[in-house]
Amino acid sequence: MLKELIPAIRITLVLALLTGLAFPLLITVISQVIFPDQANGSLLRKDGKVIGSRLIAQRFESPKYFHPRPSAAGSGYAGEASGGTNLGPTSSKLIMGIADDPATKADESFAGIKQLAEAYRKDNQLAVDAPIPVDAVTRSGSGLDPDISEDNAMLQAPRIAKARGMSAQTVTEIIRKYKTERDLGILGEPRLNVLTINMALDNGK
Amino acid sequence: MTGIGWLQILLFVVALVAITKPLGTYMKRVMEGESTPLDAILKPLETVLYRAGGIDEKADMPWTQYAFCMLAFSVVTLLFSYGLLRLQGVLPFNPMGFSTAQAPGYGTAITPDLAFNTAVSFTSNTNWQAYSGESTMSYLSQMLALAFHNWVSAAAGISVAVAMIRGFSRYSAAGIGNFWKDLVRSTLYILLPLSLVAALFMVSQGVVQNLSPYVQATTIEGAQQTIPQGPIASQECIKMLGTNGGGFLNANSAHPFENPTPLCNFVQMLLIFIIPAGLAYTFGLMVNDTRQGWALFTAMTILFMAGVIACYGFEAAGNPNIAALKVDTSTSHLGDLGGNQEGKELRFGLANSALFAVITTDASCGAVNAMHDSFTPLGGLVPLLNIQLGELIFGGVGAGLYGILIFAILTVFIAGLMVGRTPEYVGKKIEKKEVKMAMLFVLVAAFSVLGFTALGAVLNLPAGSLWNTAGATYNNVNNNGAHGFSEIFYAFTSATGNNGSAFAGITVNTPFYNLTLGLAMLMGRFFMQIPVLAIAGSLSTKKYIHTTSGTFPTDGIVFIVLLISVIIIVGALTFFPGLTLGPIVEHFLMHAGRLY
Repeated sequence: MLKELIPAIRITLVLALLTGLAFPLLITVISQVIFPDQANGSLLRKDGKVIGSRLIAQRFESPKYFHPRPSAAGSGYAGEASGGTNLGPTSSKLIMGIADDPATKADESFAGIKQLAEAYRKDNQLAVDAPIPVDAVTRSGSGLDPDISEDNAMLQAPRIAKARGMSAQTVTEIIRKYKTERDLGILGEPRLNVLTINMALDNGK
Repeated sequence: MTGIGWLQILLFVVALVAITKPLGTYMKRVMEGESTPLDAILKPLETVLYRAGGIDEKADMPWTQYAFCMLAFSVVTLLFSYGLLRLQGVLPFNPMGFSTAQAPGYGTAITPDLAFNTAVSFTSNTNWQAYSGESTMSYLSQMLALAFHNWVSAAAGISVAVAMIRGFSRYSAAGIGNFWKDLVRSTLYILLPLSLVAALFMVSQGVVQNLSPYVQATTIEGAQQTIPQGPIASQECIKMLGTNGGGFLNANSAHPFENPTPLCNFVQMLLIFIIPAGLAYTFGLMVNDTRQGWALFTAMTILFMAGVIACYGFEAAGNPNIAALKVDTSTSHLGDLGGNQEGKELRFGLANSALFAVITTDASCGAVNAMHDSFTPLGGLVPLLNIQLGELIFGGVGAGLYGILIFAILTVFIAGLMVGRTPEYVGKKIEKKEVKMAMLFVLVAAFSVLGFTALGAVLNLPAGSLWNTAGATYNNVNNNGAHGFSEIFYAFTSATGNNGSAFAGITVNTPFYNLTLGLAMLMGRFFMQIPVLAIAGSLSTKKYIHTTSGTFPTDGIVFIVLLISVIIIVGALTFFPGLTLGPIVEHFLMHAGRLY
């Protein structure tokens, strides 16, 4: 039986060459020719400089812009550290958050859903018990979810209109215009790509 | 739950049923060495591979030789990947300089225990990941040390499953096929064409495919953001098709660069299930009775749908502790964007997140498009239980079919005991040896999952221990209370089941977890495949038994009900006490408003 070791080694090398190198390189070459935009990360540029990817959430804090969902990727929206909170449904940290312990140098604070909801209501000048859509206060699986729900966008619209001196109607029109519908009319959920609508706001249309 | 959500689930089932027969027929032709439409292109390549590999493809192997070749191949590929991972710093295709002095600040070192764990993980088709892809692996490591295994561990799985089918379909035969030929033909004729189409489709949807260094973006508000790159699509396609599940990026199929659109997500889910579903039909064809294959298919579909209903239902019900903060989670208003959205991506919503979680754990895939750790307690119990039932609900590529055949053997054995007849299955007498081996298959899983979980839950090492710097192994969990136990339980379940998904909050990149999880993965793969091949070898030598009026029909409703019962009873008896300590108690605590 030991004679089978030789084919084991030889077939490993041959299959590795085929599936581990030839295949990915072939796919790379074909993709770069027929889908260069997608294959390179659906990057968006302004004045020749990369401002981000259409598919990847980035941080927006100014009242002039729509804000994405909260993020657990690194310190927030870190493209090199994707991931969720991995906190479970009975986690006090997830629901109630953690305050910074002043006795230590490190910052242990973590915004729970309670704090995120309070901050969201304050930012958007909502009543303290105003219902807010769950996507606005939960972190996505990747931490880079580029989308928000229409309900979430509508609650942010008055703040944006005020900060930009635009009519609320213009902002609402942008929301309607740039809404992403379900694929093939069935698959997935209707949603708004935050970077797309924010660029539309800057362009005034 | 919503109507459109159910419509998407229904569409998935319809698409799966439609693909099963043509793909199952094609795979039978491939594995039986018959001619296929792709011969004109692939036949010359196949011959080249045999010659380059030094293989005598005409030899018919007895089960012992077949098992030896499979093991030898696994050991060689394992060492191959271990070496590549350890040497990645000096090897090419490493634009970010991981494992070198120029590595970026967030780079992670590949220690010997991490390299062992990862090499075992990919060799055993588990794809458990104790590392974050985008901050650890060079492009060469991803392509050659990891994605390579996605191909060959899947091909080896198909080979072992087909060898087991031959146990039933051959009469008075000494051999069960040729491992090298099965390996090469399943790679070339099944995995390669499907992956090629899938990879290009994924790129069209936005999955990245290049060899460039990461891009530094200056965001609209002027912040810096690193955008990862790499040969992702070419790995993504085989990650799903081979039910491997190891993500190129840490967030796996939740990451927009791995799974950018709902349509891409739909195709990814289909890719996980088509080969396992098709193999059920292949089985029917090879034993000359397609009703036998459809009976297995039906049993698997019923169990699959039960999981979907439960998982989708509990995720849609959401977390009352979040609703108590006046957060709107109602699905009547928000549809599939309500319920429990922690750890989920909006483009998929509840229906596709729950469906994906069930599929990935019915199969031994382990890719995730939402974080299972943040599921509701009972929503998260479903993926955990799916793995514990043995990943035979369609199951892993190959592994699912041989898993359900093992339970079919146990079912006819129990039915035989009830009526006092020697059990038979598709024309073969089931005797002492087969039942013994089938029970070994069941016991290995219980031993590894429960034994290691118990160890992980109590091992009190001193703080700063070399084995586990956090000290006690239960300190590594990310959640307190019952959920912390669930994280340990899920980890060893996933490793033993060769699944690879996780309640990912737990910190597992320590020597203790890397080694114990590595051992669990090895047991879960090879201590199961060897009994399977032994059964195949024993069955193939037997004669055909003609059906008589006393034969228990294994293509009807009674058999399907009995098979489902055996699967549930064996799984429940083994794992229910553990589940009670984790997700079940957490469910009641959550509704009582208790937080930890």
